[in-house]
Amino acid sequence: MARYVIARLASAFLTLVLVCVIAFALSAASSDTAISIAGSSASATDIAAVRVAYELDQPAWVRFFRWLIKTAHGDLGQSLQHRQPVSAMIAGRLSVTLALAAASLTLAVTLALPLGVIAAVYRGTLVDRAIVLAGLVGHATPTPVSAIALMIIFGLQLRWFPISGDESWRNYVMPAIVLGYYATPSLLRLTRAGMIEALASDYVRTARAYGLGRWSILVRHALRNALMPLLALCAVSFGAMLAGSIVVEQAFGLRGIGWLTYDATLRGDYPVLQAAVLVVATFYVALTLAADLCNAWLNPRIRYA
Amino acid sequence: MIPLLKIRGLTVEMSGMHAGVCPVRDVDLDVMDGETVCLVGESGSGKSMTALAVAGLLPPGSKLRADSLSFAGHDLRRTRSAEMNRLRGRELTMIFQDPTAALDPCRTIGYQLSEVYLRHCGGGSRNALQRAGEFLERVGIPAAGERLRQYPHQLSGGLRQRVMIAMALICSPKFVIADEPTTALDVTTQIEILRLLREFKDEHRLAMLFITHDLGVVAHIADRVAVMYAGEIVEIGAMADVISAPQHPYTRALLQCVPEGTSADGHFAAIGGAVPSMSQLPPGCAFSDRCAEAHHRCTSTPIPMLQLRRDRKVRCIGPEQARRVHG
Amino acid sequence: MSGLVAVDLGRPRAWRRGLSRFLSVSGKSGLLIGGIVLVGISMTALLADWIAPHDPYAQDLTKRFVAPCWLEGSHPAHRLGTDGFGRDYLSRLIFGARVSLLIGLSVAAIAGGIGTVLGMISGYFGGKLDIAITFLISTRLSLPVILVVMAVLVVLGSTPTIVVVTLGLLLWEQVAVVLRTATQQVRQCDFVTAARLAGSSHGRIMLAEVLPNLLGPLAVVTTAVVADAILLEAALSFLGFGIQEPIPSWGLMLAKGREQILFETWLVALPGAALLALVFSICLVGDGLRDMLTPDAQ
Repeated sequence: MARYVIARLASAFLTLVLVCVIAFALSAASSDTAISIAGSSASATDIAAVRVAYELDQPAWVRFFRWLIKTAHGDLGQSLQHRQPVSAMIAGRLSVTLALAAASLTLAVTLALPLGVIAAVYRGTLVDRAIVLAGLVGHATPTPVSAIALMIIFGLQLRWFPISGDESWRNYVMPAIVLGYYATPSLLRLTRAGMIEALASDYVRTARAYGLGRWSILVRHALRNALMPLLALCAVSFGAMLAGSIVVEQAFGLRGIGWLTYDATLRGDYPVLQAAVLVVATFYVALTLAADLCNAWLNPRIRYA
Repeated sequence: MIPLLKIRGLTVEMSGMHAGVCPVRDVDLDVMDGETVCLVGESGSGKSMTALAVAGLLPPGSKLRADSLSFAGHDLRRTRSAEMNRLRGRELTMIFQDPTAALDPCRTIGYQLSEVYLRHCGGGSRNALQRAGEFLERVGIPAAGERLRQYPHQLSGGLRQRVMIAMALICSPKFVIADEPTTALDVTTQIEILRLLREFKDEHRLAMLFITHDLGVVAHIADRVAVMYAGEIVEIGAMADVISAPQHPYTRALLQCVPEGTSADGHFAAIGGAVPSMSQLPPGCAFSDRCAEAHHRCTSTPIPMLQLRRDRKVRCIGPEQARRVHG
Repeated sequence: MSGLVAVDLGRPRAWRRGLSRFLSVSGKSGLLIGGIVLVGISMTALLADWIAPHDPYAQDLTKRFVAPCWLEGSHPAHRLGTDGFGRDYLSRLIFGARVSLLIGLSVAAIAGGIGTVLGMISGYFGGKLDIAITFLISTRLSLPVILVVMAVLVVLGSTPTIVVVTLGLLLWEQVAVVLRTATQQVRQCDFVTAARLAGSSHGRIMLAEVLPNLLGPLAVVTTAVVADAILLEAALSFLGFGIQEPIPSWGLMLAKGREQILFETWLVALPGAALLALVFSICLVGDGLRDMLTPDAQ
């Protein structure tokens, strides 16, 4: 187990380093930084002064390391538009996105798990085919389409939920449904496949040969074995939701990290954009790492290797 | 005497990809209390399917037909699943060929053993665990207490099979179906496992249906032998009788194949030809195309079981022909 | 195989059987339905110049927001109404199919190329190369694609070419993973060993022996990439960072129509339905191909 943990940690660390390089490269690629900071009407001297002030005249790798050290200390730079520390801006919006992602994941798992189990137990029947079809439709629906569809039906026609803003919990319902709907198909597919494999296994046959009850076998043996890969997928889905929330937040006016990123991109405020990419990627790497370690702990074959 | 297990005319028909194929055809078999019947045959002869049919574990979609299929007074054709679940594990248990896959990798040995005991014999979980530990020792696993807390992958193949035997016997059943339990093990372990099973059989008057392709194993453990070929029983009788005086050409050929040291010219005897595909069986005897003594009647008409003596049957017209010729 | 439902459920009633077969998205029926829809949309895209009644870029500010034919206030010349600039919606939808398919296929070509090369090298040679490429894949998997694409588009601008190239450079990981596994399996086959013994170079073996056996999984995973690319482009255009006006992208039409969501619902319903139909049919085709290539006893 210890060897596995160390290997995974090393891999995660290297991934983070690479992510930092990519995030930094995004800003280095922008050639007119000095000009955009100084403004379009600035003179050559002003631009030169800005270059020195923002250290834009140093070679790339020097800037990278300085940026890396600053980032490690939590200093994510200054927003070009709002003249605020980026870290404060992100911290303020992170809770919104985290709440949204948590709600969506809960919804997705609540839907995918039972449906996947039912589809596997009644494999090949009408119920199974219907569930698989529903999953496929969910996978094929673009997020903007489901967002707008929900907006029309529940927001405008039925007027059950507000279609914009982030004041109360009601604002989170439709976005959570949209994001949850986006994540459900892959979770459903995995649960169903895992259960089918578990139900066809020899140890389930043994359990039946020894007269164990149907539900007992399902829950105590099949499910446990089938759920192991699900945890990793949940972590990955959570990370995907953090990134994918951008469409949903923009559509419903929910001001989380996604919305912040959208706003920053519109205005060309790349420090914010860079920081958002870094924060989300870091979460992602951390989540996948946690999921893998959890899997390893649950799987006796790795835990007691 | 009423047999513990009575099978008459058992046929299993598959569906789906192999629709119409019958891996088990018209099987008649009895197992008495305390008796060990060995079901012998090569791969694909239908012996495992017969066992699964009795235990009610056929793959979904397969159809089971039988004139009679009763166990300890229960008509297994009509038994509801709830009652079947009561029987299985308590009165009728099964030992599978591959102990590695047959145990849940996520649960400890103690959990899996005590789960079976709790289900059928009740009592608290602590009691069940204690009994599990006792049984592990009975089947020859040392340091039982430690083993209870371990997971299947931490045990060797031989130990895992012993665990399966413990699971099969923990509720003191009347009848055990053992599907090639020693095939996946090395020879030394094989002998130990067989000795263990014989011990239990003697101690508890355990009836067994022991499936194997290895005639050496048969000699060690069987009271009676039934030989299967292409889904049918071709010969059945007391073990000593069948081994010393086989009546069916297939049984004779099988016995010749058992290597007892190499012969003078280093030859291994083998049966020419191959087992026919189950979807393309001839109307007559399935062995006829490989049989040295085949008659033209062998291929054209289905061969019925011929009763030679009490408890001695063979599905061949050879002995009948011999009787006719020699009077 | 022992399933939990071991009891023969008996033959279901006729209507249930029919419905069940209809709902069967696996195997031939899904492939057929998906294939028909996909071919239909592709033909529409191909023949757009001839079947579209109007020029999708032609504006007529006197005929803004004309209703489609099933609502009152419609105009016979504009069967599906017009948008905020008076442009015929049907024509924009038809040309939008071309945009979506072109983007989907181009991205798949680029991503497929990169993924195939990486996957084959990784699966064939194994060892340190495999570790390096697997690390590359897991790094790419930890990048939030949509954010990275947005960042790139901000820096480089969002012409269709840049959108396609950026997406292509980011969506290869599925292809790499699938082809890596497939290559590993093929590599163990005897005919590959035979080719090595006969003295063929690695390159020749990969192209002549391994690659032909990878076409099946490649086709299946490519459909997934096409679907993902179309979905991403729709999301990007919806946000305003992808395809820009006046090019008729369905995602863009969704964004523009959103402002009129209350009264001119068809402005979002039509492109939304079109997107759903296209991506769904691609998924059906992909699943059908996969089920055909890996026969499974249902």
